[in-house]
Amino acid sequence: MSERTVIDARGSFCPGPLMELIARLKYGAVGEEFEVLSSDKGSANDIPEWLKKVGHQHIETREEAGVWHIALKKMK
Amino acid sequence: MAAMIASVGAVSGNKVTVFLSMNALRHFTRSAGAPPPAEGPFGKLLQDKKAPGFRQLFHNAVELGDAKLHPCSMAVDVLGVGPDDLEPWLGEPLGLTKFLSDADGGQVWSF
Repeated sequence: MSERTVIDARGSFCPGPLMELIARLKYGAVGEEFEVLSSDKGSANDIPEWLKKVGHQHIETREEAGVWHIALKKMK
Repeated sequence: MAAMIASVGAVSGNKVTVFLSMNALRHFTRSAGAPPPAEGPFGKLLQDKKAPGFRQLFHNAVELGDAKLHPCSMAVDVLGVGPDDLEPWLGEPLGLTKFLSDADGGQVWSF
């Protein structure tokens, strides 16, 4: 597994975590992996949906102690 | 809600154009300063939880999703502001006729 760039969006509400991810993705390299940390469950559902729609790879989502970790790879 | 739909819609590949008019416009002037007051009880809850405010979300829509926010030219005149008084990330002021003509055939939502 490549080292992932962590985007700590805990405490931010929808669509904050998605916006923070997109702002960081803009400057990332194709193939780079990111992990969004979110305490907002809605974002944990929405971010994978957004990834599917725009064509980035959703690697996994897991929940640990009330924090969702959404891992993804920039594809374009 | 308009800002949430505009921002998420724009970053999801949709062409988003927003027509800013009436009471909304003064919040997009450089002198607007402090965040706008909460709108109703739910707005207060959102503010307490530090949810992103509408100005930030509209800015996200422009910066991250190439949305266009056009001030209403009539509201600009009534408010008495010039182009330099408005946020620099706004588009040029438009008349309603031009906006509706550009939006013809698209999905129009009014808030």
